Amino acid sequence: MNDTPSSQMPVALSAYAEDVDKVYYLIFWLSVVLFVGIMAAAAYFAISGKRKPGVRAEPTGHHMILELGWTVAPVFILAYLFWVGWKGYLDMSMVPPNALEVRGRAFQWGWDFEYPNGVHSKELKAPLGKPVKMILSSNDVLHAFFVPQFRIKRDTVPGIYATTWFEANKLGEADIFCAEYCGGKGEGDTATGHWAMIGKVKIMPAADFDKFLKEGNGPKEGETVPDWGKRLYADKNCAGCHSTDGAVGAGPSWKGLFGRTEVMSDETKLLADENYIRESILEPQAHIVKGFGPVMPSYKGILQDKEIDAIISYMKTLK
Amino acid sequence: MSSPSDATAHDAHPHEHPSYVQHHFDTAAQQYDTAKLGMWVFIATEILMFGGLFVAYALMKAREPDVFIAGHHYLNKEMGALNTVVLLFSSLTAALAVRSSQLGKRNETSAWLVTTILCACVFLVVKYFEYSHKIEEGLLPGRYFGHPFFDMSAAPAFHEALPSRANMFFGLYFIMTGLHGLHVLIGMGILSWVLLRNIRGEFSAEYFTAVDLGALYWHLVDLVWIYLFPLLYLIG
Amino acid sequence: MSTHDEATLNTNYLTATKGWKSWAFTLDHKRIGLMYLVFVLAAFLAGGIFALLVRTELMSHGPTIVSGPTYNKLFTLHGAIMVFLFIIPSIPASLGNFILPIQLGAKDVAFPKLNLLSFYVYLCGATLTLLSIAHGSVDTGWTFYTPYSLQDPEAATKVLYMTLGVFVLGFSSILTGLNFLVSIHKLRAPGLTWTRLPLFIWGMYATSIMQVLATPVLAITLLMLVFERVFGLGIFDPKLGGDPILFQHFFWFYSHPAVYIMIVPGMAVVSELFATFSRRVIFGYFAVAMSSLGLALVGFIVWAHHMFTSGMSEFANMLFSALTFLVAIPSGVKVFNWTATLYKGSISFAPPMLYALAFLFLFTIGGLTGLFLGTLNTDIHLHDTYFVVAHFHYVMMGGTVIGFIGGLLYWWPKMTGKMYHFGGATVGAWLTFIGFNVTFLSQFVLGSRGMPRRYYDYLPEFESLHRVSTFGAYILASGLFTTAGVLIHSLAKGRAAGRNPWGSVALEWKTQTPPVFQNFEQTPIITKGPYDYHLASDEELVEDLYAPDAAE
Repeated sequence: MNDTPSSQMPVALSAYAEDVDKVYYLIFWLSVVLFVGIMAAAAYFAISGKRKPGVRAEPTGHHMILELGWTVAPVFILAYLFWVGWKGYLDMSMVPPNALEVRGRAFQWGWDFEYPNGVHSKELKAPLGKPVKMILSSNDVLHAFFVPQFRIKRDTVPGIYATTWFEANKLGEADIFCAEYCGGKGEGDTATGHWAMIGKVKIMPAADFDKFLKEGNGPKEGETVPDWGKRLYADKNCAGCHSTDGAVGAGPSWKGLFGRTEVMSDETKLLADENYIRESILEPQAHIVKGFGPVMPSYKGILQDKEIDAIISYMKTLK
Repeated sequence: MSSPSDATAHDAHPHEHPSYVQHHFDTAAQQYDTAKLGMWVFIATEILMFGGLFVAYALMKAREPDVFIAGHHYLNKEMGALNTVVLLFSSLTAALAVRSSQLGKRNETSAWLVTTILCACVFLVVKYFEYSHKIEEGLLPGRYFGHPFFDMSAAPAFHEALPSRANMFFGLYFIMTGLHGLHVLIGMGILSWVLLRNIRGEFSAEYFTAVDLGALYWHLVDLVWIYLFPLLYLIG
Repeated sequence: MSTHDEATLNTNYLTATKGWKSWAFTLDHKRIGLMYLVFVLAAFLAGGIFALLVRTELMSHGPTIVSGPTYNKLFTLHGAIMVFLFIIPSIPASLGNFILPIQLGAKDVAFPKLNLLSFYVYLCGATLTLLSIAHGSVDTGWTFYTPYSLQDPEAATKVLYMTLGVFVLGFSSILTGLNFLVSIHKLRAPGLTWTRLPLFIWGMYATSIMQVLATPVLAITLLMLVFERVFGLGIFDPKLGGDPILFQHFFWFYSHPAVYIMIVPGMAVVSELFATFSRRVIFGYFAVAMSSLGLALVGFIVWAHHMFTSGMSEFANMLFSALTFLVAIPSGVKVFNWTATLYKGSISFAPPMLYALAFLFLFTIGGLTGLFLGTLNTDIHLHDTYFVVAHFHYVMMGGTVIGFIGGLLYWWPKMTGKMYHFGGATVGAWLTFIGFNVTFLSQFVLGSRGMPRRYYDYLPEFESLHRVSTFGAYILASGLFTTAGVLIHSLAKGRAAGRNPWGSVALEWKTQTPPVFQNFEQTPIITKGPYDYHLASDEELVEDLYAPDAAE
């Protein structure tokens, strides 16, 4: 029942997703039976007891066994539900010791994933059949890492590392949602927020995953450095606010930006050279070009030096 | 259905009422019990409100005990102790006011109430000196801790010696003692109003509800301080 | 107000005294209840309009009518207004204020002045909340989770107004609870023993306990939040060394009991409706009464089940999951007992009873879907999705609001002296019921398929179910507006209602319609249980829908 989305659950792509689904459908059918039973009884009683002239209601009796029965019987059902839920939850919390560790950083409003060799990606890559331990943190406010196809969810709390794990057991793609409200900003097309923290998990064969780790740390084979910068521009969400064709977004367009002298919000003038751009990426609020708001998040810890260099070399090509 | 005139004939209750019994009560005893229960329930809500602060205090102290120990050295134990004695004494005088009111001794009641209110004033004056010291020394909550806005040249340069989170300790100190201080002020208001009514001669050996409840409230104010004093001043 | 003469005390409370001052400074619990009703319904209208805007925005994938940040404000306002300005005061402060003293056989609540104060405190709180809207409104969600609520320095004033507004509203709620608690203890008419109390009173009693004990914790939490904003104490803000999870604990320590502050009054109302319209003693009266207290008690120890994914320890999650299942027992007891009450009853399908039956249907769904959320591993998947949204709407709206409207229709003739049009009210009830199910059943599926809540935009695959839900919301709104129309029409054109339109044996129907200023011309003496229909004479059970002189 898990290869295709069932009527109520998305595709199951993780090892413990089937357990969750089993418990879900157990409760579902139990509820259906109880609900239909109660409603059928109520409907029958109500219709058959419809008020007739001259007919009085029968005085209410007492039925101790019935009353005790429906107070005590649910206890057993509830205890069983608690037990299966708790057992399933323990499986979800105990990280296998050989798990691959991936750092996940949530920020307003996006995700960044870092693999053991220092490679970063916006889309989470997961090797098939290998447990992955997520070490999650937040740069600003509460977020939550939610992958419905894996049936996992974990809040990212600023100042605390949160861990969770999954083992993808089928090839495919899964969605990443932020499930803890984290605000929003901007107007029109440049507005972004909680709802925009939609990402993807790409589940790949182990060999492809190793290849990704190797290539992720620099330009792909045959890719020039400015081309790599262009790819980073798309991957790291720069495109959300900065155009390359001169259109004004939430931030200045990169077209012709490099080497130009810009007027800052405090009326000083600054040359947009390598140093300025590096500062703008790492400490965006230090100097803001006049006419723009202090909305850019810091990319400290998300972009590495080599990647910043690549972005700068890409900007130089945008005349 | 009975007509209104029938009802008036039967309903003789309002005429039996002494003037201090409100129309919706049948007897003075019922009114007294009701008022007393109301005050107890109110005290329960007050305790839960302070309870929230005590829980926050306990959790923060469990997380960062050093900060609390370091911070508490800068609270003035002598002044705190003085205030504790003053409040305990005022609780006694409040109880004595109830006693004299029950006996119908109006002037004595007034005297005890005045003493209680004076004790409250002493408490607030001492508190004022404590607070102004803290402000002069820059021992202020949160981001105002050691604030350059205040003239710090006179203050001993011990801010460096305090852990950086001492601002949280002083934040809690000001919230907890501030909220308590507010209750002292409210208590003074209530007791003054009771005093005024006593002077007007509204109370008697049969009707002394307000004196009783005012004193009950005052005991709560006292009780909260009894917990605040050791928790803030004496944790080292 | 004890200065009124006998004649005034024994005339219709609506006309006993005249002029706006006689309303603005009234100490009469019935008038205060009516004034509450007006403002509570206004809040319902405002919250409902925000809900319709939210649903309209979600009708289509992509931006529809508003921008993302505006959407965030809309759902925050919807939540905050509905919870703090409408549902919490709805049944206790309006219907409760009116009916509770009459059911007790008392002339007023224990502290009439506090009652009036509570009303004005409510207005102050509402004004502060409105001020936050005037300043551009808050976008934190009704939960004010830190650190987001502390983040934006530009939003400081707005968040401050909103938090202070809710803080002040809390005091109004405490005062009402305190008043009811003491009234129930001390103002019962002669012969009205604890086991003869109507179940409405038992429900109000449980509610009052929670209001009195939980609300002060919210007050202190919000006060600390305000201090955190103003002084930067470092209690909740991780940037300053605080702990955002602590805020969640504090917040839910109040807000979980608040869920029961909202639902228990709904249960209290439908218990009355089932008894009156089945003409039987509620089956298992004592169990139903105690289950209200049981819910109040359990309500205090399950708060952290809102936080299973927040990073609490496994042990804490286990504990709170186990405790959460306890909630199912008193809730189940109530549902079973109501159903059994229908058995061999003499059932009338008058409009209020339709709401009682709708309550049974909707609350059972709301309760059963709670099982998915109490179970740990399914909750991890469902937490903060539309499943949760649907679940609590089934409880809050399908439970409390349906109970509120049922109670309003039930006591409307007593409160206003006017009878409304049954056909219109029946159509309104059916539209509300159908619209409600269309709106929120689809949201269960959205949620279990992974749609997170508080999303302005979503993946295209969720669009069709969102459309269904929005369509349902419009039906729901048409049902509510129909009901509102019927009631307003009754005020203008309705016939005068009789003393006991439902043929009920309950105490509130023994007094005149509308009641006299001091409720009863003579203090009633209670000799029977509240629902002893089998001891009633045939005359007592006559449904005098209309006042004799109004009948033609």
